[in-house]
Amino acid sequence: MNGAPPKGLQQHSAVIYPAVMLLIFFVAPFGIMLAVSFYHRVESAFYEPAFELANYARFLTAFFGKALGFSIWIAALASAISVAVAFPFTYFMTRLGRPAQVRWLVLILAVLSLSEVIIGFAWSSLLSRTAGVSNILVWLGLMAQPEAWTPAFSALLIGLVYLGFPYTVLVLYPALSRLDPELAQASRMLGASPFKTFFLVIVPVLRNAIMSAFIMVFVFDLGAYILPQVLGKPEHWTLSVHITDQAVFQSNIPFAAALAIFLMLVSLALVSLTMLLGQQRRTP
Amino acid sequence: MAGLRLEEIGKIYGSLAAVQDVTLDFPQGKFVCLLGPSGCGKTTLLRLIAGLETPTTGRVLLDGKDLTEWPAHKREFGMVFQSLALFPHLTVGENVAYALRIRGADRPTQRKRAQELLELVRLPGVIDRHISQLSGGQRQRVAIARALALNPKLFLLDEPLSALDAKLREAMQVELRLLQQRLGISTIVVTHDQREAMTMADIVVIMDHGRVQQVASPLDTYRSPANAFVADFIGTSNLIAAILQSPTSASVQGRAIRIERLPQGVSTGAQVTLSVRPEEVHIRPAGEAGENRISGEITFIRDLGASIEVTARCADAEILAVMTPRERPSARIGDPVMVELPAPACVVLKQ
Repeated sequence: MNGAPPKGLQQHSAVIYPAVMLLIFFVAPFGIMLAVSFYHRVESAFYEPAFELANYARFLTAFFGKALGFSIWIAALASAISVAVAFPFTYFMTRLGRPAQVRWLVLILAVLSLSEVIIGFAWSSLLSRTAGVSNILVWLGLMAQPEAWTPAFSALLIGLVYLGFPYTVLVLYPALSRLDPELAQASRMLGASPFKTFFLVIVPVLRNAIMSAFIMVFVFDLGAYILPQVLGKPEHWTLSVHITDQAVFQSNIPFAAALAIFLMLVSLALVSLTMLLGQQRRTP
Repeated sequence: MAGLRLEEIGKIYGSLAAVQDVTLDFPQGKFVCLLGPSGCGKTTLLRLIAGLETPTTGRVLLDGKDLTEWPAHKREFGMVFQSLALFPHLTVGENVAYALRIRGADRPTQRKRAQELLELVRLPGVIDRHISQLSGGQRQRVAIARALALNPKLFLLDEPLSALDAKLREAMQVELRLLQQRLGISTIVVTHDQREAMTMADIVVIMDHGRVQQVASPLDTYRSPANAFVADFIGTSNLIAAILQSPTSASVQGRAIRIERLPQGVSTGAQVTLSVRPEEVHIRPAGEAGENRISGEITFIRDLGASIEVTARCADAEILAVMTPRERPSARIGDPVMVELPAPACVVLKQ
């Protein structure tokens, strides 16, 4: 790029193409959703154009406030666990030879190809009383009788971590594989044990990668709407589930749109806040 | 015994022997350069000393104590890495004081020591800067200061100056040498640059294919190379095939060449190699009689201003002579000449 005004079709298309794509796939649907969120719902029909704030006023109730709080809490917890598990995993993976790394990445990509539905029902069976892992523990003599571990908060958490784990690994992988191994060695030569080196050098040097991984999995987990229904109790329904419920089962599209916009604004605010905190730490 | 000792050290990676049967003594307070082409095992040897690798065979001893099984973080050696490996998330001062922080020193102590060390490497006033704000030469000094923070018994450097441009590199070589002499610290530097080794080292260890080829002072490696590899690697050398005729004479292309020194274990009649440095070779007019001369023909003259390089072909040997402009021969390319190999300059190498 030389800063001169673009000439000819080829140079113009470099600007126009992304703009058109953005318009078709983001601006237009978002605009429609924004408009619908102010529409008036017609009972036993669909909706009619209007401008009312009733949809927004409705979720200022304790019920939806609680759902929002729970959504953020479980998404944050699940993504924190995902990062905490995936970071050491990816670190040790990048220390392996090339062929071993490729094998692990293929495995991770295979897990990635599983849909939320399959993951949800697989964990639901694994944690069930009739066919779950508790039967193995009974067989080993560690438990008296099989128990159902789902639906439960812990079941939902396991499902979300499982869902987010491969994404976390793939976001962390490039940064970790570029990490200069001499940094860790320098720390060891200066007297730091491998454990101290990990927390004093490797983690802080990769702060930005860890932050991006966290934000990505957080947003991803926030959008999960099948796992809470399969692995959670009704009180574990996240805002995403309520949006689905309103749109699909209650046919209240305007309210679902309003909820979706609200969830988006909240997650945008949280992501910006996280990034702002990250930047402040960097330049004291 | 004081100093570092390596005993029959070997390191094998899979089927590759990176270091083979190395026994070496590093006397206290000396500046030692591990010198060799890339892949010769010099970096592996340094990493074995540092404890970043474990030898397959042999022992590492410091002042008579066996360190072989000690992990790197317990050896308390200072090391400067090829990439420098400065911590990008810390300031200059925090980098330098990292070792003190690990040992639980309080902040004022850390800062005071960092200041001292930065003055030692002549880099005052940058203590609060970020690493990204420093130039290449400044980073170099920070890495040196950081490695010296604990007054280590051994100071190890892996190709430390390779990232600097030529001029800065030469200045840093001198400075590193002066710093080492001032502190009297035992220092081991890995390098592939023989000028660097010549500038800094008390002792040069020349390696090739995982084995030590020669251990000597820099000047001795130049004047009395132990074998053809060393003669060729250190500076430029004419390597000429010869047959030993007597303890004082060798035959080169049918002519008798007087020699003054013989390596041990070479007997009369043996095939040997004569190593003669280009600056010792003289080009004489054709037909002029004299000792130690063989006939040849000039094939190329390279006039570099400060020196002149003349290449002469003598039967199957190309012989290079370097001379000052004053000594320039009147002969031109294609002219027959006599090439003189003075006896004191002929180093006999076993084949």
